[in-house]
Amino acid sequence: MTAAAIASRQRTLDSVVATARRNTWTIGLLGFLALLLAFTKLIQPSYGVAAVQGLGIGVLPLAFAAVAQGVAVIGGGIDLSIGSMMALTSVVTATAMQGQGEEFGVAVVVAVLLLGLALGAVNGALIVITRVPDIVVTLAMSFVWAGVALLVRAAPGGGASHWLMGLATGSFANEWVPKAAVVLVVTVAIIWIPIRGSRLGLSIYAIGSNRPAAFRSGVAVGRTRFLAYALTGLFAAFAGLSLTASTGIGTPVPGPYTLESVAAVVLGGVSLAGGRGGVFGPIVAVVVLQLIATDMTFLNMDSNLALVAQGVILIGVVMFGSLIQLRRARA
Amino acid sequence: MSATPPANRWLRVDAWRGLLRDRPIIPLVGLLVLLVVVIELADPGIVNPEWASVILRASVPLAILAGCQTLTMLTGGIDLSVAAVASMAGFVTATLVNSPGGVIEGIAVALVAAALAGLLNGIGVGVFRVHPLIMTLGMSFVVLGLANVWQLQMVQTGAGVPSSLRTLGTGTFLDVLPYSLVVFVPLMLLILLGLRRTGFGRLLYAIGDNPVAARLSGARAWQVLIALYVISALMAAIAGLLITGLTNTASVSLVDTSLLPAVAAAVIGGTSILGGRGGFGGTIVGALILTVLTALLTVLGLPEPTRQVLFGAIIVVVAAAYTRVTAES
Repeated sequence: MTAAAIASRQRTLDSVVATARRNTWTIGLLGFLALLLAFTKLIQPSYGVAAVQGLGIGVLPLAFAAVAQGVAVIGGGIDLSIGSMMALTSVVTATAMQGQGEEFGVAVVVAVLLLGLALGAVNGALIVITRVPDIVVTLAMSFVWAGVALLVRAAPGGGASHWLMGLATGSFANEWVPKAAVVLVVTVAIIWIPIRGSRLGLSIYAIGSNRPAAFRSGVAVGRTRFLAYALTGLFAAFAGLSLTASTGIGTPVPGPYTLESVAAVVLGGVSLAGGRGGVFGPIVAVVVLQLIATDMTFLNMDSNLALVAQGVILIGVVMFGSLIQLRRARA
Repeated sequence: MSATPPANRWLRVDAWRGLLRDRPIIPLVGLLVLLVVVIELADPGIVNPEWASVILRASVPLAILAGCQTLTMLTGGIDLSVAAVASMAGFVTATLVNSPGGVIEGIAVALVAAALAGLLNGIGVGVFRVHPLIMTLGMSFVVLGLANVWQLQMVQTGAGVPSSLRTLGTGTFLDVLPYSLVVFVPLMLLILLGLRRTGFGRLLYAIGDNPVAARLSGARAWQVLIALYVISALMAAIAGLLITGLTNTASVSLVDTSLLPAVAAAVIGGTSILGGRGGFGGTIVGALILTVLTALLTVLGLPEPTRQVLFGAIIVVVAAAYTRVTAES
């Protein structure tokens, strides 16, 4: 083996180690998820293909919502209007697709994604122009988007193209791989990975981690925040589409997705202070939370205790994280 | 030479800016009066003592919940657990109505449970430095879940909203002054004076304005924060009891729809979500504005969706106005 080959192998190894180190939290979560799946199989031997596919469909909307929230939080903001944007994009999809052909459905999906991008862009523009704190603007806009959703459709209803519903149900290649999971990972990977590697991605992390420093280094802070919120809107539209895909209808009243997405983001290793974490950790966190709730039903525990557990886990994980930081600060 | 103010000083933009910055309550009251005038013009004769009484009854619980947000926002925090705690308090009291201790026992259990939730919030935020948003969000899951468990346990015993709470929530003196003011006015005075005149109140501002400076001046932030979140939870419980009486309903999710309006009322009232700026007076007017606005939009025959859209738009506009005047000082 030549010295150059050894050096190149060393470099590959280094980069693998560096990637693992950067994603410790996500890898740990994945490990925990594997343990949890094994535990589930142990307490409920009939847990099988159907349940895994159900899990895939069940987590899809919240997983996309968590990705959307992840982008906003990494950029140092927070978006409390995600649930409302999901409701709006979902009712628009269901209303437009009702009684229409399959090809028209494709056009609807494209239009709804653009709509999501536009909703997020409005949020971002308002935040940048008015200089009102993100949390206040998105809180106010959550009323606005939910109101518009009710204007589009006063009651749950509408329809969905068969191919859209087909995307969320069933399996892919192997019966153990839910199609919903593939759709989720592929969509997020196609959109987020190129962005993360680009100048825009670096800028989003930079303004989240230290805004004045980012500004002084020549990052266009306003434009980056605007684009980050537009991206959040886009992922919220994906979440709204998956709501329609999994239920076949559109519901104008926002679900509990906004606050649950904040919880998932934090559990997924994204710092609320911004600039830290990724979007895949939150996805794993959503699956873990869902599986814990399922397990508690299998153990014949009151399903409401699952909610308690979710709260305790959320607080516990953040407490643990801040304790480590406090100790580090002292050392 | 003492500078005499020019005669036309109120015609200058700066003067209005200064007014909005230093005494935000004056323009807010102006906005409230304007809304009342508009509602009278839209439906002549609607503004009368009975109408005012209805508005007051609806505003009191909202103002208390917004007070929780105001106090926590002054320190740079927020309390998202108020809705769950308030619903829980009303629900627990209703389920214990047939217990030996009756209503008093129910209220006592509810207040103790609320104080416990607040204590845990305070320990999390103050001692373990958990972000208030996360701490109180997690606590709201815990409280809601436990309230649901309680609901299943208590389902056989029968429950009902105690008549005393119904009277407190809906009754009026001489058909005008709501009984709930008996609870609200002392609480309001306590908070207003507490914020201005006591060390505790000044500490809230100090911690929110500059936590490092507050610590260097000897403030023990963790003690203040624990007390603060206990107070906030107790206030939420009181608001929950009033809402339970007002609506004659006991449910574990009764107050959920008031959470975001409570934050909105505090923001409209001039309290900065970043901490250190604001007060309870503005919040009360903010709660009144939101209630009158809802009434106005109903009178105008606007459907619920349009109301929500306008609601959101107004919050953005008012918050933007504050940010503008405070940023340029």
